[in-house]
Amino acid sequence: MRIMWNRLSSALLVLCAASFITFTLARVIPSDPALAYIGPKATAADSAKLRITLGLDQPIPIQYFKYVWQTLNGNWGYSLSTKQPVLQEIIDRLPATLELIFFAMSFAVIFGVVMGVYAAKYRGRFQDSVIRILAIAGVSMPAFWLGLLLQMLFAGRLAWFPATGQFDIELKYDNPITKVTGFPVFDSIITGNFAATMNGLHHMVLPALTLSAYSFGLLSRMARANLLEVMSQDYIKVARAYGLSERLVFFKLALRNALPPIVTVTGLSTAYLITGTFFVEQVYNWPGIGSFAVNSLLSIDYPAIMGITLLAAIGYLVINFIVDLIHAKMDPRVWMR
Amino acid sequence: MKIKFSNLSFLFKDKLTTFATLMMSIFIGAALFGPWIAPFPHEGAGQTNIDNIYIGPGWHHLLGTDELGRDLLSRIIYGARPALLIALAVVGFAAVIGTLLGLIAGYRGGWIDNAIMRVSELFLSFPPLLLSLVAVTFLGPGLMNALIALIISWWPWYARLIRVESHIIRTRPYVEISAAMGVPDRIIIVRHILRNVTTPLIVQIAADLGTVILAAGSLAFIGLGAQPPAADWGLMVAQGRNLIFDQWWISTFSGLAIFLAVLSFNIIGDALRDHFDPRIARQ
Repeated sequence: MRIMWNRLSSALLVLCAASFITFTLARVIPSDPALAYIGPKATAADSAKLRITLGLDQPIPIQYFKYVWQTLNGNWGYSLSTKQPVLQEIIDRLPATLELIFFAMSFAVIFGVVMGVYAAKYRGRFQDSVIRILAIAGVSMPAFWLGLLLQMLFAGRLAWFPATGQFDIELKYDNPITKVTGFPVFDSIITGNFAATMNGLHHMVLPALTLSAYSFGLLSRMARANLLEVMSQDYIKVARAYGLSERLVFFKLALRNALPPIVTVTGLSTAYLITGTFFVEQVYNWPGIGSFAVNSLLSIDYPAIMGITLLAAIGYLVINFIVDLIHAKMDPRVWMR
Repeated sequence: MKIKFSNLSFLFKDKLTTFATLMMSIFIGAALFGPWIAPFPHEGAGQTNIDNIYIGPGWHHLLGTDELGRDLLSRIIYGARPALLIALAVVGFAAVIGTLLGLIAGYRGGWIDNAIMRVSELFLSFPPLLLSLVAVTFLGPGLMNALIALIISWWPWYARLIRVESHIIRTRPYVEISAAMGVPDRIIIVRHILRNVTTPLIVQIAADLGTVILAAGSLAFIGLGAQPPAADWGLMVAQGRNLIFDQWWISTFSGLAIFLAVLSFNIIGDALRDHFDPRIARQ
C-alpha cells in the first residue's frame, strides 16, 4: 500500500507542476490573454478594464493560485471561440474520443499481441519478416496520412465505409440515441438501438484503424521481443527437457511471463493515442476532444488550450497509474520495491 | 565500446536494411542536390504554373502537379532539405542540451541532480508532442518556432538517458580511483564519462531522427509548422487534403515521402542499435 501512496503523492506533485506549466505558457509567452479575449481592435481603456476583471493586474503567483482554486472548483474558464464553459465542452466531447481510443486500443492490443506471438513462434521465417515490416511501418506511418489514404480507398473508391463523422446525420431523426452515460455507441447498445450501434461501429472502423497503427507496431515488436527473451531462459529449457508439450510451454509458461512488459507498453502507447486523436479526429471530422483541441490551438483559444492540456496531463497520469497497478498485480516483485 | 565507422556493413545486413539505406541515400541526395536533380527546379522552388494545374501522374509529370500547377516530384525533392534539416537540428540541440544537463546531474548528484531531474520529469509528464503543440501555438506558427517547440519537448529524454549512463560510469572503480587521485572533474567528464556515453547517445539519436520528421510533419499538417509557399511535406499533405478523392496524388505522394523517410530512419536506427549494443537488441 505504501508504494501506492508514494505514487499518488508524486502524481499530485506532477499535476501541480503540470498546471503551473500550462498556466505559465498561457500568461508569460508573447500573446496577451486580455488581447486574445477582447480582440485586437479594443481601445486601451477597455483592455485595461478587462485586465482588472480577468485579474491580470495581480501578481503572477496570486493569479496562479486563483487559477488552481477555480480549476478545482470546476471553473475552467470560457472558450474564446465557442463562448461555452471549457469544462462543459470537454465533458460533451470526451465520450466520443474515449470510444475511439477504446476501439483503437482494442485493435492494437489484439492484432499486436497476436502478431507478435506469431512472429516469435516463426522466428527468422517468412512470417516473421512480414510482421516485422508491418510493425515498423506502423510506427513510421504519419496518422494523418494513413487516415487520408484509408478515406480515399475505403470511403471514396470502394465506398465500404463512411468518410467522416461519428454517425450518419439522418440517424438523429430516424433512430435517435437515448442519452444514458453520454457514450454514444455504448448508449446505443444498452438501449437496444441496433441501427445506431451498427451505424456507429461502421463509422468507427476507419478512424480506429488509423489511430491504432502506431500502437500496433509498438506492441507487436514488444510482444515478439519479450517472448523471445523469455523463451531463451533456463526454466523453459527445463520444461522442454521434461517433455512438456510445446503448446503448453509456449502459451502457459512463456506467454504468461512475457505479458507484464506488454502491459507497460500498452499503457505507454495509449498515452501516444491521446495526441494521436488530434490528427485522426481532424481528418475524420470526429466530434471529440482531438478536433476541439486542434481548433483551439489554431485560434489561440487559450482557456480551451489550458483545459485540454491539463486534461491530457491528467489522462497521462491516470494511465501510468493504472499500468503500475496492473503491473504490480501481475508481477508480485513490483510490490517489494 | 569504441565506435568504428570504418565498417558500415551493418547498413546492408539484410534486404530491409539495404532498402532503408538506399532510400536514405536518395533523401540525402535530394536534400543536397535538389535544385540540380529536380525535373522542374523553378516549380520546386515555388514558381506557379497555372496552365498545368491538377495534371495526374504521367510521363511528363511523374507524380502529377499540384493546385498551382507545380510539378509534385520537384516539390517533394525540394521538401527533403527542410525535413532533414529540422530532424538534425531538433535532435542535435536536444542532444546537446540534454547531454550537458544529464552529465551535470549524473556527475554532481545531490540537489542539482534532483533539480534537473524534477524539471525534466515535469516536461515528460505531458503526453508526447502535446507540449510542442501548445508551445508552437503560443510562439506563433512557423518552421523556426516548430523547431524550438520540438526541442523543448525533446531534451528531457536525453537528459534522463545521459544522467543514468553517466551515473553508472561515475561509480565504476576506475573512475572513482581517478577522482581520488586528483584528476580534475572536467578531465574525468570528458575522458571517461563523455566517451562512454557516446554509444547510447548515437543509438538514441538514430532512433529519434525519424520520430522528429514525423512530429514536424504532424505540426505542419495541422497548420502550425512550415507555412505556404514552403515546400514542406506535411504542409503539402494538408494542402491536398480536401482533394483526396479526386486529385489523390498530392497528399498521397507527399505523405509517402514522410513515411519513407521515417521508415528508413527507423530501420537504420534499429540496425545501428543492434550493431553497437547487442545487449539491447535482444530485448
